[in-house]
Amino acid sequence: MLLAFILRRLLWLIPVILAVTTITFFLMHQAPGGPWDREKPVASATLKALNQKFGLDKPVWVNIEQVRARWQAGERNPVRLLGAFLDSQYFRYLWGLARLDLGPSYRSKGTESVQSILWRKFPTTAKVGLVATAFAVVVGIPLGIFGALKQNSWIDYISLTVATLGVSVPSFIIGVLVIIFLSQAFGIKPIRQPEEWQGFSTAYLAPGIVLGLGTMSYLTRLTRSSMLEVIRQDYVRTARAKGLSEFRVVTRHMVRNALIAVVTVLGPAVAGLVTGSFIIETIFNVPGMGREYVVAIAARDYSMIMGTTLMYALFVALANLWVDVMYGVLDPRIRV
Amino acid sequence: MASLIRGSVSKGRRGMAAPTTTMRALDRDLELRRPPRSLWSDAWRRFRKNRLAIAGLAYILFLAIVAIAAPVIAPHNPVQSDVQHAGVFRQAAWIHDPNPMRTGTWEYPLGTDSVGRDVFSRLVYGTRVSLVVGFVPMVFTVSIGMLVGLLAGYAGGRVDNLLMRFTDVVYAFPDLLLFIIMQVAFQDAWIGKLLNGLVLLFITLSLVSWVTVARLVRGEVLALKQKEFVEAARAIGASGASIVARHIVPNTLGPIIVVAAYIVPGAIISEAILSYLGIGIRPTVQLDAPFPTSWGSMILEGSKAWESQPWMLIAPTLAVASITLAFTFVGDGLRDAFDPRQAER
Repeated sequence: MLLAFILRRLLWLIPVILAVTTITFFLMHQAPGGPWDREKPVASATLKALNQKFGLDKPVWVNIEQVRARWQAGERNPVRLLGAFLDSQYFRYLWGLARLDLGPSYRSKGTESVQSILWRKFPTTAKVGLVATAFAVVVGIPLGIFGALKQNSWIDYISLTVATLGVSVPSFIIGVLVIIFLSQAFGIKPIRQPEEWQGFSTAYLAPGIVLGLGTMSYLTRLTRSSMLEVIRQDYVRTARAKGLSEFRVVTRHMVRNALIAVVTVLGPAVAGLVTGSFIIETIFNVPGMGREYVVAIAARDYSMIMGTTLMYALFVALANLWVDVMYGVLDPRIRV
Repeated sequence: MASLIRGSVSKGRRGMAAPTTTMRALDRDLELRRPPRSLWSDAWRRFRKNRLAIAGLAYILFLAIVAIAAPVIAPHNPVQSDVQHAGVFRQAAWIHDPNPMRTGTWEYPLGTDSVGRDVFSRLVYGTRVSLVVGFVPMVFTVSIGMLVGLLAGYAGGRVDNLLMRFTDVVYAFPDLLLFIIMQVAFQDAWIGKLLNGLVLLFITLSLVSWVTVARLVRGEVLALKQKEFVEAARAIGASGASIVARHIVPNTLGPIIVVAAYIVPGAIISEAILSYLGIGIRPTVQLDAPFPTSWGSMILEGSKAWESQPWMLIAPTLAVASITLAFTFVGDGLRDAFDPRQAER
C-alpha cells in the first residue's frame, strides 16, 4: 500500500519536472542577451559556428521550417517528418534529459557538461547543508524539549527569543551581520579564498550555522509546541504512575511522540537548506552549486540554469513526498 | 428562539394558563445581557492582549507614516549626488575621521555613499518599497488563491483535480529560483521598467504564494461544505453563489488573514534578496522618482563598501530585520487571536 503510494508519487514527478522544465525554458528564452555576449562583440562567423555547435541555431520550440523543407523534398514518412518537427532546442533538451544528459555548459565553451559541474560543486553545497542540518537538529530539538519541560522558565524564554529571531530575520541578513561582527570584533575573516574550501575545513562553520539558523528556530518552535501537547497526555501520566524514572518518561514517552511532527518537517527543512543556500553561498563566497547558479544567470548559461533549477525542483518535490510518506509511517491513523 | 422556549416552559409548568409574570421574568433572563460578540471582536480582544503583536503593529504603522511622509522626513534628496558638499564616503555622524570631507556630521546622520548621496534619506525612502512590496503582492496572492481555492473546493470533481494538480506543479518550483528567472527574463522588457521595476516585482512575488492560500481555502471549503448551516442554506433555496459568498467565504477569512500576515514578510525578504542580487528594483537617477531605492539595493551597495563604511550595510540590514520581526509578531498575534486552541500551547 505504502510502496504503491510512493511509486505513484514518484511517477507523478515526471509531469512536474516536465512542467518545471518547460516554464524555465520559456522564461530563460525571454531574457535578453545570449551565452556568447562578451565585452567585445564576437565575430559573426564565430558566433554562427558556436550556435551551430550547440544547436542554438535551431528554433526554440518546434522546427516547422525543416518539416516544410523535407516535405518539399518529397519526404512522406510521418515518423521522419515528426522527427524533423521535433528537431528544436526544447525537444533536444528533453531528449537529453531523458538520458540524464543535461548538455554542455555554455560558459565552459562546451568543455564540461552541466552534470559534471553539478557533480563537482555538489559536495561543497552538501557540506554547507550538512553543517546547517546538524546545527539545526542538534541545537534546535533539545532547545525545544528543554523549553517545554521547563515552560515559562528563563531557558524557555531564551529559546523562544532565539527561535522568534531566527524564524523572522532572514538568513542573508544574519549572514551579513555575522560577517561584519566577526571581522570587526574578532578580526576573523569568514570570507575565505577558493582553495580554503577543500575537505572539511573550518570555513564551513560560519555559512553552515547561518544557513541552519532559520531551520533551527523552526525546529525549536515546533518541538516545543508538540512537546507541550504531549506532556498533558494520559499515557504520560500512566507512565509516571507505574513508577518509571522521569528520564525514561521523557525519552521514551514524551520525546518519541513529540518528534513525529518534527520528523515530518525535516524533509522540507533540509530541501529548504539546499535551495536556500545560494544566497548564503554568494555572501560567504562559497564555491558551491548555488553560487554557480547565480553566475550562470548573469552569463546566460542556459543549460546550467536549466540543470540547477531542475536539480533544486527535484529536491523540493522529493521533500514534499517525504512529508506525505512520513505522515503515513509515523502516524498510522493518517492514511496516505 | 425565546418564544419557542417560552412555549415549552409554560406548557410544562402551568398547562394552558397564561402566566404573564413568570413569562416576563423568563424573557428577561433569556435576553442577551450584552450584544453578541462577533468573531472579529473576539479576535481583536485576544490580539490586543498580545503585547508583542501590538508593538509590531505600532512599528508597522510608524513605518507607514515614514513611507508616506518620506519627502518631509528625509533631510536630502535620496537620488541627488552632492559630492562638493557631502563629500565622498562621508562616515556616519558619530564617527570621527581626520579627513574633514570624510568625518561624520549630523547633517548626514548615516553618512553618504560613494557618489555623495545621503544614506539616511535613502533609508527613509526605502521604507516605501518594502511596505508596498509586502502588501500589494499579498492582496494579489490572497485574491488569486481564494478564487482558485473556492472554485476547486466548491465545484469539486474534475475542476478540483485539475486545479490541484496545477498547484502541485507550482508548489514544486523552488520559489526563489522562479523569482530570479522571472526577474532576469523580464527586467529589460517594457513591463520591467514600470515604476523602477516595482510592477514586475509585484507580479513575480505573487506567482508562488497564492498556492498556499488556494490549498488552505480548498481544505476549508471542503470541510465547510459538509456543515449543517450550509445544508440549511441550501434547503431554504439559496443559490450556489450566495452560499459561497454569505456562508463559506466569511468562515474562511480567519485562517486566510493569518496566512496573509505571514506572506507579507516573505515578500519583503524576497524583494531584499532579489535587489541584493541586483535584479530587483532598478537604480534610478530621476530626482523625483517615488520609489528611488530599496533596502535590498542598499544592502548590495553597502556590501561593496562595508569595510570602509560599515553603517552603509548595517543600517539597511537592521531595517529589514526589524520590519520582518514586526510582521512575524503581528502574524503570531493574529494566529493566536483567530485560533485560540493553538494559543494555549
